[in-house]
Amino acid sequence: MNLKPETLSKIDEVITHYPTKRSAMLPLLHLIQEDIGYLPEDTSEWIAAKLDLQPINVLEVITFYPMFRQKPIGRRHVKVCRTLSCALLGGYKTCAAFEKEFHTHLGEVSPDGEVTVDFVECLASCGTAPVVMIDDELHEKVDVAKAKQLSDQIRAEAKQR
Amino acid sequence: MPAPAQRRIIFQHIDEPGYTNDIGCYVRNGGYEVLKKAVGRKPEELIDEVKKSGLRGRGGAGFPCGVKWGLVDRKSGKPIYLIVNADESEPGTFKDRYIMHQDPHQLIEGTMISCFANNVKQAYIYIRGEMPHGARILEKAIAEARAANFVGPNILGTGYSCEIFVHRGAGAYICGEETGLIESLEGKRANPRIKPPYFPAVLGLYQCPTIVNNVETLCHVKYIAEHGGEAYSKIGTPGNTGTRIFCVSGHVQRPGYYEFPAGTITMGQLLNEVCGGPLPGRTFKAVIPGGSSAKILRFGERFKGKRKVGAEMLDYDWGVEDVPMDFDSLGMIGTMGGSGGVIVMDDTVNMVEALANINAFYSHESCGQCTPCREGSLWMKKISSRMVHGLARPEDAALLKSVADQIPGRTICAFGEACSWPTQSFIAKFGDEFKQYSETKKTAKPEGAHELV
Amino acid sequence: MIAPAKPDLVTVNIDGKEIAVPKGTNVIEAARLVNVDVPHYCYHPKLSIVGNCRMCLIEMGMPAVDPSTKAAIMDPATGKQKINWIPRPQIGCGTNVSPGLHVKTLSPMVKDAREGVMEFLLINHPLDCPICDQAGECKLQEQATGYGRGYSRFIEQKNVKPKRTQLGPRVTLDDERCILCSRCIRFSKEIVKDDVLGFVDRGSYSTLTCYPGKKLENNYSLNTVDICPVGALTSSDFRFKMRVWFLKQTNAIDTESSVGANTVVWSREGVIYRITPRRNDDVNDTWLADSARVLFKAVKASDRLTAIKINGTDGALDVAVNAAAELFKSNSAPGAIAVVGSGRSSVEEQFLTRKLADALKASTQLVSRVGQGDQLLISADRNPNVRGALVTGLITALPFGELTGLGAQIDAGKVKVIVAINEDLAAAGLTSAQLTKVSVVYLGSHFNASSAAAKVVLPTLSPFEKSGTFVNQQFRIQKFFKAVPGPVGATDDLMVLAKLVTAAAGLTLPAEINALWKVIAAEVPALGTMAFANLPETGLLLDATPFAALPFAEGETLHYKPAQPAVAAATA
Repeated sequence: MNLKPETLSKIDEVITHYPTKRSAMLPLLHLIQEDIGYLPEDTSEWIAAKLDLQPINVLEVITFYPMFRQKPIGRRHVKVCRTLSCALLGGYKTCAAFEKEFHTHLGEVSPDGEVTVDFVECLASCGTAPVVMIDDELHEKVDVAKAKQLSDQIRAEAKQR
Repeated sequence: MPAPAQRRIIFQHIDEPGYTNDIGCYVRNGGYEVLKKAVGRKPEELIDEVKKSGLRGRGGAGFPCGVKWGLVDRKSGKPIYLIVNADESEPGTFKDRYIMHQDPHQLIEGTMISCFANNVKQAYIYIRGEMPHGARILEKAIAEARAANFVGPNILGTGYSCEIFVHRGAGAYICGEETGLIESLEGKRANPRIKPPYFPAVLGLYQCPTIVNNVETLCHVKYIAEHGGEAYSKIGTPGNTGTRIFCVSGHVQRPGYYEFPAGTITMGQLLNEVCGGPLPGRTFKAVIPGGSSAKILRFGERFKGKRKVGAEMLDYDWGVEDVPMDFDSLGMIGTMGGSGGVIVMDDTVNMVEALANINAFYSHESCGQCTPCREGSLWMKKISSRMVHGLARPEDAALLKSVADQIPGRTICAFGEACSWPTQSFIAKFGDEFKQYSETKKTAKPEGAHELV
Repeated sequence: MIAPAKPDLVTVNIDGKEIAVPKGTNVIEAARLVNVDVPHYCYHPKLSIVGNCRMCLIEMGMPAVDPSTKAAIMDPATGKQKINWIPRPQIGCGTNVSPGLHVKTLSPMVKDAREGVMEFLLINHPLDCPICDQAGECKLQEQATGYGRGYSRFIEQKNVKPKRTQLGPRVTLDDERCILCSRCIRFSKEIVKDDVLGFVDRGSYSTLTCYPGKKLENNYSLNTVDICPVGALTSSDFRFKMRVWFLKQTNAIDTESSVGANTVVWSREGVIYRITPRRNDDVNDTWLADSARVLFKAVKASDRLTAIKINGTDGALDVAVNAAAELFKSNSAPGAIAVVGSGRSSVEEQFLTRKLADALKASTQLVSRVGQGDQLLISADRNPNVRGALVTGLITALPFGELTGLGAQIDAGKVKVIVAINEDLAAAGLTSAQLTKVSVVYLGSHFNASSAAAKVVLPTLSPFEKSGTFVNQQFRIQKFFKAVPGPVGATDDLMVLAKLVTAAAGLTLPAEINALWKVIAAEVPALGTMAFANLPETGLLLDATPFAALPFAEGETLHYKPAQPAVAAATA
């Protein structure tokens, strides 16, 4: 596991937040995923060693929580809310629009490597449906037109890299 | 009758121009004054104020907060933990998001007052994984509060110390269930615990007595500490005290969040006046009043019975529009106020498809630990999605109902109810639509109808 | 000996039957005591309670009292105290008895709940009973008969999960059959402390998995197969060998150490197919080591002794016994004959061995076998019955691993004849030179250096082919029974020993076990009040105080704490 020094120091710090090390499980998984982009195969063993657990204890947790991923994704993660309030105002169309914009399918990395589009459950912003999270950023009232606009923006940002 | 005016005590500063989420702004607006006074009082007094206030939990179950605190085992000699349930995940609910993003210090102040009242030395805020900004804002706010000696060691020179840490979830609805949340905070799969014996008040986090309170609830505690339990209990109606924040989503002109004295506004006033009524050219068809697990109401149905008003028993005969939006009235008509998430559906919505959407959510979120919920939620999803995307049989309505009836009351946690109530109520209220769906799906959808599943 | 503390009793009412049960008993166990079966899958009496299968839902109520006065509220209809029934069913496994608790296990609410759970468990379960090894001992199959609807309302696609996964060298997993009860996970974590199993994914897609790269290969892995209520975990060895309903069950004892785990030997037409644990809450609970389950393979081994030999030529039993008698007669000087008995022989065999030694005025010795204990069900003493030899007086001190003393006496020309019973003298340290200096009469079931060197070879039975008792490390005397007949040419050890005693002393002793026990009871004070037929299946504790000073090899194991710190533990 090749983690950045600042990730390692954050890991050591966060463990001190809890009376039992195991509680640092979710924080560690978040930190590793933020650092590497996903949770590589050796994550379970690395965390198990760090928190005095067995690797299965970690794998059980990784696979329970949908935010954790064991495969790399595109450079940007587009998460469209699928749940009722967003669906009532066109969430399915929004999702299809992103898929079409990046010529990709749900859960896959787009051919240009730029995005992975996922259809996720409730993002708790139902009053501004349909909503989409792009990486950590919440976008509200994303209809098809706004989905196109956001897609253009992603591509523009990609060009600047 | 015109709708009453909003009374924003929790959302006082939400969306206020110029109001920022830093401690400077909060203190300028009188922030932390309540905490300063509270730490000079006896903790038991504060608990009494909360008991007197009649405050009911705002997470969904509406359990009286004072009673919850009263159940805490204070003789075990073990530390007492407080967990802020910021895992706002009931579809249709989005109030805590705004408190945490725009007014985080209100939550921290309420939390610290509650910790002091209950002799808690360590609190955790368990926030949804999907709110990374919220987590960062809270962390920054806690650091500010720590620097100002409102959090941490020897708070305001009183000798009382209490730490708060933010803990991020990772996309599991079941973490809103308090024992599932505790398991998750302990670094495990969020499988809710069996009760008995694992009541959080006795055997909670790390097998220690634990209080789990919703974000909004703790903000109410701050208000109660400031104004007194008695004054608070006068807001709203008896049994439904304080204000209630409604999160309205779906097919209304002005969706959003609205705070009213509890029990003072009816469904009709909320949807028609406050939220501007249905979208142009549409009529309301159905509404889910308390988060997607609450039982659905059909516009046009009537509820009759007797209810207690003061000392008297009065007859009531309500349409959906007439129902007061409080815990007890909504309970009386067979649904619930829940988390305050009001989801509105107009006449473009086909109820089979709407249910298929909800069932997909609950089957995705079932932890899978206990049989009825694990198997039942997925079976209901498979039936309803087959009806939409494949063969729909007239007998599916009865099958769906029968499957749903085999779940509630038989599971480890309330998810059993949450996942079966939608199906039960959709079939009860819109059974004909389910029976006719095989024919309906051959015809064109109404204009403006959206794909739901 | 300290008498167990009397438990506080609580009176409860189950389906109308009143019963007093110890405080802390759960409803499933309380119901068992009045012969009421509360069906369950995830509950296991020796594992933590998780309450996840929901099969044991029952209806329960408590006697009504006035909340203010605490006075009983009476029901005018019955004249008895009114019962407040809880409107929703509760889990029997997670509900402990409390005074006055009322339980209904046959009410419509309970029946409805059980039928609901059964249907849910079956919708994603493959209906492959005809090819499933668990058939016949499958809880799902059993309870489907009681609570199934007989047809399926499920027309959707069943979940697809991994099939035929090798979890380890001895256990095969079929995830589609798994009902996610988590017994195997809890067993691995709580009992063996080998946390390799877990669930991955969520909801109905949850899947039992062994951590990739690890194996379920601890010496207790097959217990997961025993406790799996369905056919998800099966024994790779027993898989597809035999339908369980064809098998005969015989109670036996694990012979691999002095723990004396209780077992059941499953056989058909003289062939043993498997060994499983038999519950004994004072010895092995419901567990058994994997290594104990393969011991029967020795029964059909190619090195079985099946021919009686006298000086290398085949002969009849009486001829061989006479040949031994000749050897005894011609070496009648005191100390000229030595008897090497065995900690692997039964109490009855050890008793006859002592009688033989007495008649021959022979010295007696045993061979000790000591290994590392596993702190669970394998103790440091790898002989199952050293304590039997102490109780019967065959030995008075603990044996050594090597027969050094005997070797010296051979070299000094004192010992001329050795009667070796189930012990290979060469393996016990005697050199081949020493073996050539003595005449060996060998009784045993398998070929070894001693049988090869013996003047007289008397083939006897393996423990699976005879009945008897062993005294385990707790000084608990436990019975085992003949599961299969011995091979042609082998004779019951008791018969051979009785004949040798007769030949040596003119004394007639019974070779039939019940008759023999009358003699044993008369002569061995510790067993004075007992009879073989009356010994309980879970054994009987003997008084250990006469042997309290002996430095036994065992360290702590399940349900056993050494009286004094074991030497091995002190130096570890």
